[in-house]
Amino acid sequence: MSELPVTLTVNGEVHALRLPPWETLVECLRDRLGLLGVKKSCDVQVCGACTVLLDGRPVSACTLPAFEARGREVRTIEGLARGEELHPVQAAFVEAGALQCGFCTPGMILAAVALLEESPAPTPDEVKHYMRGNLCRCTGYKRILEAILAAARRLAADGR
Amino acid sequence: MGAEPRRVVGRSVPRLDAREKVTGAARYVTDLALPGLAHARLWRSPLPHARIVAVDAARAAAAPGVLAVCTAGDLPVAGRRYGPAFRDQPVLADGIVRYAGEPVVAVVAETEARAEAAVRRLDVRLAEEAAVTTLEAALAPGAPLLHAAPERAGRFRDLAGLRPVPGTNVCHLWRLERGDLAAAFAAADLVVEAVYRYPALSHHALEPHCALARVDAGGVTVWSGTQHPFAVRQELAELFGLPLAHVQLIVPLVGGAFGGKCYTKLEPLAAALAARVGRPVRLALSLEESAHTSCRHAVRVRLRTAVRGDGTLLAREAEVALDTGAYADIGPRVATKAGYRAAGPYRIPALRLEARCVYTHNVPAGAYRGYGIPQVTWASESQMDAIAERLGLDPLALRLRNLLAPGEEPVAGDTPMDGDLAGGLRAVARAAGWGGPVPAGRGRGLAVAMKDGGGTHTVSTAVVRVHADGSVSLLAGTVELGQGARTALAQVAAEELGVPLEAIHPAVPDTALTPFDHGTSASRSTTVTGLAVQAAAADARRQLLALAAPRLGVEPAALALRDGLVVGGAAPLSVAEVVRGHFGLVGGEVTGVGTFVPARWSGTLGGGTVFWETGMAAAEVAVDPETGAVRVHRYVSGADVGLAINPRECAGQDEGAAVQGLGPALFEARALAAGQLLNPGLVDYRLPTFADLPDVLETVLVENGDGPGPFGAKGVGESGTFCAAAAVGNAVARATGVRLTELPMTPERVWRALRAAGRGAPPEGAEAQPTPGGPSSSMV
Repeated sequence: MSELPVTLTVNGEVHALRLPPWETLVECLRDRLGLLGVKKSCDVQVCGACTVLLDGRPVSACTLPAFEARGREVRTIEGLARGEELHPVQAAFVEAGALQCGFCTPGMILAAVALLEESPAPTPDEVKHYMRGNLCRCTGYKRILEAILAAARRLAADGR
Repeated sequence: MGAEPRRVVGRSVPRLDAREKVTGAARYVTDLALPGLAHARLWRSPLPHARIVAVDAARAAAAPGVLAVCTAGDLPVAGRRYGPAFRDQPVLADGIVRYAGEPVVAVVAETEARAEAAVRRLDVRLAEEAAVTTLEAALAPGAPLLHAAPERAGRFRDLAGLRPVPGTNVCHLWRLERGDLAAAFAAADLVVEAVYRYPALSHHALEPHCALARVDAGGVTVWSGTQHPFAVRQELAELFGLPLAHVQLIVPLVGGAFGGKCYTKLEPLAAALAARVGRPVRLALSLEESAHTSCRHAVRVRLRTAVRGDGTLLAREAEVALDTGAYADIGPRVATKAGYRAAGPYRIPALRLEARCVYTHNVPAGAYRGYGIPQVTWASESQMDAIAERLGLDPLALRLRNLLAPGEEPVAGDTPMDGDLAGGLRAVARAAGWGGPVPAGRGRGLAVAMKDGGGTHTVSTAVVRVHADGSVSLLAGTVELGQGARTALAQVAAEELGVPLEAIHPAVPDTALTPFDHGTSASRSTTVTGLAVQAAAADARRQLLALAAPRLGVEPAALALRDGLVVGGAAPLSVAEVVRGHFGLVGGEVTGVGTFVPARWSGTLGGGTVFWETGMAAAEVAVDPETGAVRVHRYVSGADVGLAINPRECAGQDEGAAVQGLGPALFEARALAAGQLLNPGLVDYRLPTFADLPDVLETVLVENGDGPGPFGAKGVGESGTFCAAAAVGNAVARATGVRLTELPMTPERVWRALRAAGRGAPPEGAEAQPTPGGPSSSMV
């Protein structure tokens, strides 16, 4: 079994790994690095539960070979809060009641973080369009939309 | 004390699990590992009906890392079957395959990848047999029989009346007749009749099914995302011949369920494989495999209703047929409820209701949020609007004329209507601007429905343990599926006990530690488990006050517990001081116990209905005449929650249910052909996305404080799904003049119906809209 040397930076920590070429990023993050906040669901890049940020852009870790992330910066839900202080998007999700079972929540929050990096003051329609690739079976999306808009206001007020 | 304002109940406090869920710290069954864990993968049949001729396991068994290759005969539970209604389902297909996707061979290996690689080296020879994969084929005379004489499981009181029809594929026939049907139809001014179809659906909870099992001298321990840990415990005990106390089910957080994780699913196979290899085994399905594990019943409803010219309902005849697939699962109960509620939430003097639960060579269908009510509501509420159109009546006025009044019995002897259906429907109609001007090109539609809530004859016990530092363990068997039950139950416990919410710590459901609870379904947790929790907290509070009274030199009746302090004496005393004071510095604890047992032991459903869960909805849609695409602009959903323990979470339940209901209204369905599920995964099974969120989605919570649950609460969670399809269908009919009778209302279906109506002849699957006030005659 031929393995490739792969250096990944995950949540600011550098990992020197040897990976089989077919190992997906979700397998690498969950099974090797123990980052279980990355969720595995549809396996076909539709549901968005496995969303992580690769150099700040959302990707589906379920279909991305881990070696494709070599030399790049991976951010998972575990790397979002600053110690005990929640990221404003995380805090907004808690306050708006934007989660139920929570299985989509890590991917949903990371996609929202990427959206707000790209577009700090999105309209509701922009949010709906950007977030189409993240499915939630529980909430009906309304409170997630409210949370993202609230987080945008908070980030603007904080001057972030 | 009774006049004290509530401190915790009625507040939208953040969920107790919110922080762990937004930080990625939440742990689900799919996140668990055990020392020495082995992994299982399954070989599933590609054919819907076949004899298993031979399994050549040699190449698979020789593959690297493989611990065992098992067919049905290799398992320690060989020959035994399970199921909540009938013991009809083998742990692995035993000699015969009955649906495409049924597990036939299991491989256990050191890793999941190795197990999967070995599965591909299996050589299984099947001999195909004729399959019945539609209701029509399964009900045809001479159809091959799925199960000649299924054995009743005999576990649930409401299933004592199971009626299989010998020599057919009908595993349960439910009937209710009352009044003089023939006379009512003869006297009617209008009779309408139509056949409505609702497709099979996949639950697609984002966390697929998963179970971990360990079998050792102490018995069987299983970690699973089941909604029914105690029912699964009982089935495992029967399968393995163990006392209940030797079987332990532990249920961590569950990543969505919606009925798909009701009753026993993977647990017997995971446990049997663990017993076989002598190591703990993890069996984790893909989402596509989950779609081959359970689904929502496809339903056909023939509905015929007799009406007086003023809109008074006189009689209704319903024939409901449900495709329950290859194994009955809980299908018979779904059929009974669907048949009963085909009457709608209305006063109808003459009824002949019939439901058939039909075996087919499809994936087993089971529980799915609403237990058959969304399917029959599609039929019943579409027909109500057809009646309104024919009689030239306002759809709201027609419904208000016929809705059950508070205190009225749906049928004699059943629980009287305990909510205000008319008030709820009026509130929803008002919020949707009913009666006001409708923007050009749009239409508005209404629907209303009810279902027995709380489960039929269900029991719960809860324990509240007050520790020496004043913190409190809450032991209840309700599973946290995302519905917020742990938070709601903690709020009930805190309020009743008189301590801050932060003092309450709900335990993870574990059948060895948490007391008996029927299960997490039928919108029952807040009401039924909630009553047990409230009683347990009251029991603990009484004990604490009794211990405090002598120290304070007053009678217990003079004392109260508030915010964790015993007040009413000379000085407040903390809960910790009371407990430590009684037991001494070594500590100890005060334990309160509460049990809910239903008061009523009989009823139409085979037991008492705890409460009626009612739902109402109004939709405003626009239909693109060029493409047939339906856009929902405004959707108002109403839920009668009695009293909202946590208003934000109640509304969240209802909103989520409503959007889930919009899926099958507009685009969601399992595509089936000759017993094959063509869209098991999310590439081609379309779920509601952010883009489907209506411009305005509003929930009206009706709070009359009249529920039987703690503080006047009643359950919520299913009701939001009841009305979505019919409300949208009625809105489409009012926008276009075309009424569809088959779901989903895809652009193609709507476009074809519009085209056909334009030519003046209704196509198959659509009724043309008659002119309001036209001649009274049967529609079909």
